[in-house]
Amino acid sequence: MNNPKKDLLGIENLSDSEIYQYLDAADKFTEVLERPIPIVPSLRGKTILTLFFEPSTRTQLSFSIAAKRLSADVVNFSQATSSVSKGETLLDTAKNIEAMKVDGVIVRHSAPGAAKYLAERLDAFVINAGDGSHEHPTQALLDLMTMKQYFGAFKNLNVLIVGDIAHSRVARSNIFGLKTLGAQVAICAPPTLIPLEIEKCGADVYSNLDSIIGKFDVIMVLRIQLERQEGGLFPSTREYRTLYGLTRERVGKMKTDSIIMHPGPTNRGVEIDPDVADSNKSVILQQVKNGVAIRMAILFIHAGGKIE
Amino acid sequence: MGESDIRRALVRIAHEIIEKNRGIKKLGLIGIKRRGDFIARRLAERIQQSEGVKIPIGALDITLYRDDLQLVSETPIIEGTDIPFNINKKMIILVDDVLYTGRTIRAAIEEILDFGRPKAIQLAVLLDRGHRELPIQADFVGKKVPTEKNEIVDVFVKELDGKDSVVVHYYKKEKAKKEKRRKKSRIKLLKEAKPKVEQLTMPDIKKDR
Repeated sequence: MNNPKKDLLGIENLSDSEIYQYLDAADKFTEVLERPIPIVPSLRGKTILTLFFEPSTRTQLSFSIAAKRLSADVVNFSQATSSVSKGETLLDTAKNIEAMKVDGVIVRHSAPGAAKYLAERLDAFVINAGDGSHEHPTQALLDLMTMKQYFGAFKNLNVLIVGDIAHSRVARSNIFGLKTLGAQVAICAPPTLIPLEIEKCGADVYSNLDSIIGKFDVIMVLRIQLERQEGGLFPSTREYRTLYGLTRERVGKMKTDSIIMHPGPTNRGVEIDPDVADSNKSVILQQVKNGVAIRMAILFIHAGGKIE
Repeated sequence: MGESDIRRALVRIAHEIIEKNRGIKKLGLIGIKRRGDFIARRLAERIQQSEGVKIPIGALDITLYRDDLQLVSETPIIEGTDIPFNINKKMIILVDDVLYTGRTIRAAIEEILDFGRPKAIQLAVLLDRGHRELPIQADFVGKKVPTEKNEIVDVFVKELDGKDSVVVHYYKKEKAKKEKRRKKSRIKLLKEAKPKVEQLTMPDIKKDR
């Protein structure tokens, strides 16, 4: 197997074999997580920093747990309690991190390209945990891992992504990954939430959910990012629920054996109804579980096995 | 070591295991991936044949417990560990193809102990080639082979390689010799090309060949 790139910044530039490298390793870490002592010593002595300039629960926790399961030391940083609120620039923050000799940096930032900016300036490996509305590769990898568990292969797999595509880094990373692995991807949203020229990614574009929902194996529901709506993109959350929310009636029209995914956090009663989120079609908690395994795989691949 | 030598060695080890443990009650075999795994399965088969009872088998991948992750040039492939039985209070026979520095065994012991608390761990190897770097010894040895450190010991098993054999060779030495020869001829070429370097340009070695 080849040496991986130093950093994981996005799915767009990954080949199918590179994606499978992460997925295959994650399968093995699933077994580790089920052991009586779910910790292996492979990253002993490594220090991993989670650098989060945007709020997060799942991703930051998931990375912390993954790093600890590999015996790495984890340092957590979040904007609220840091010098960023005193006006420090991203580069200065990075230089200071460098001086503290950290081996890997997990970064989330509201600016697209922030992870790349750091990656080019740090010796430590950088993992993008979400940069603006650009990419969120680790979420896409755990989503791909979940789909693989339920369907085995990506060929002939039909995936529909519903919701705020325009603001969604999760949608973008998933479209890139699914297309690379040979799946069919479609998106469905109010026209105001569909980015221009998205069809160039190879995704079919729809705006009427009811007429197409029965065709898909996977319905991926995205969160309506209320904090990113500058107003006016759709009339009200109630109207959004009426037209695009995953309600029990709509689930009734779905294929048998199809699954519902959501990257979290969910707005219950907006994009997904509470009883649907808790139904047996929903694999939301399986996604979270897989998140730890895939992040162990990512950390192991990027922190281990480098030429001295 | 040929096919029949390997078979005889494994038959003997199987019987030694039964003898030493006074039967096979509470025995469990764990092979170290990849080739130790197959050797463990064969030993288990032998033991079953002579005692008529099935014994549990597991496979261990020690990649995540290695102490040289920073020294290997490529990202190691994780094969996965599979121990489908409870190891607590069991007599575990750890099986590998070659015993060398002892570091693999150290990692394997550590990993097994993360699965529980066996009554004891014994070590069975097809080949002991010496050069230990840790205080580890095997309880059951197929064959002791004195080797030099720069020699390579290759074990082939039918299940993986299509044949059963053990080969000792001087891979690195040969390679180093070849490298030396290549360097010598390069220097020679450079020396011959030297008179042409008047304009301070590098000689085109390829052309001269």
